[in-house]
Amino acid sequence: MSGVWWAALRRELTLIWRAPADMAQPLFFFVVVVSLFPLGLSPKPELLALVAPGAVWVAALLAVMLSLDGLFRRDQESGALDQMLTAPVLSVVPVSAKLLAHWLLTGLPLALMAPLLGYMMQLPVAVLGTLMVSVLLGTPTLTVVGAIGAALTVGLNRGGILLAVLVLPLYIPVLVFGAGVVRTAQDGLPTDGLLAVLGAILALALSLGPLAVALGLRISAGD
Amino acid sequence: MLFRELAFSAGDGEIWQITGANGAGKTTLLRILVGLHGFFEGEVRWREPLAPSLLYLGHQPGVREELSARENLRYSQALSGQAGDPDAALDAVGLYGFEDVPAGRLSAGQKRRIALARLWLAPKPVWVLDEPFTAIDQDGVARLDARLRQAAAAGTLVLYTSHHRVGDDVRRLHLGDAGGTP
Repeated sequence: MSGVWWAALRRELTLIWRAPADMAQPLFFFVVVVSLFPLGLSPKPELLALVAPGAVWVAALLAVMLSLDGLFRRDQESGALDQMLTAPVLSVVPVSAKLLAHWLLTGLPLALMAPLLGYMMQLPVAVLGTLMVSVLLGTPTLTVVGAIGAALTVGLNRGGILLAVLVLPLYIPVLVFGAGVVRTAQDGLPTDGLLAVLGAILALALSLGPLAVALGLRISAGD
Repeated sequence: MLFRELAFSAGDGEIWQITGANGAGKTTLLRILVGLHGFFEGEVRWREPLAPSLLYLGHQPGVREELSARENLRYSQALSGQAGDPDAALDAVGLYGFEDVPAGRLSAGQKRRIALARLWLAPKPVWVLDEPFTAIDQDGVARLDARLRQAAAAGTLVLYTSHHRVGDDVRRLHLGDAGGTP
């Protein structure tokens, strides 16, 4: 079982690594969207610092969602998805490896880039650590929850919009608590409680999400 | 509706050729048999749990273009738990020298051969093959034909769709007239 998991992880990392444009796209989107705020809003430091938590978080959320549309598409078109579903291992094993690989090469870079963008948005340096931790805790949830939508829409030609409709409502708690943590830190209040809530949401997503993704793929393959 | 009143039972060592016009439901029937397609009325029974004994090759070969022939086959092996030397299997399907070439640079026939290489690994008791002869050249067809008969002689049940007939004692299942009644 674990041998399959490692083989799947290696395969997924290789696949993403060999299509670097797909990997760079979410990060590029993230940087560009946040950079547009000072241009469109106003370069006033007080104003930027006020909108920074929300702006960075919304951009990260959309970047993750955009990256998920194609998560299973090529596997489905090439028939690799059918191979996975007929294999004598539980589908959740290769699925969880795929989700981890996807997060490592798209979500993690977003979290590493977030402090830099926060700094650009005039967030106090003391808050940047909290921003990074909140994005670090939030993006895996976004990946897993978005993957459920991606699995259900993989058979559809224009699944992108449907994916957004399915997934965005579920993203709201992550956005509220993620941006909330950063604002709380800005106000100089303790953030442990809110970070714990983000962590709890993450634990829920990690424990049940991959099962839902595997089930979604089976449903999509069936019609 | 694609087909109705369809009943057959297949046993060890038999080769079943499923024929029918385009759109008659050959692929759908195979997908129902391997459990990929759940929307049907009726019953599919296997003697034992199917997954560990099944080797299924779908209409699409399941080969990712970014990965090399060997990487593709190795991953199939990991998933299906099939033992065997991947290089020897690739050699057997005529891909010697192409092991490290990304599948995206190979022809359609060669991509299908990567998937077919699984037939030369440790055998599984049930083979379900959707159009295995598509895009394969004459020499390859002869080799695949021989391989299917060899496997059946060793007790493997082979179910496949194609217009190519393997041997003389192959059983045929013909799916109704094109289109069917909705």
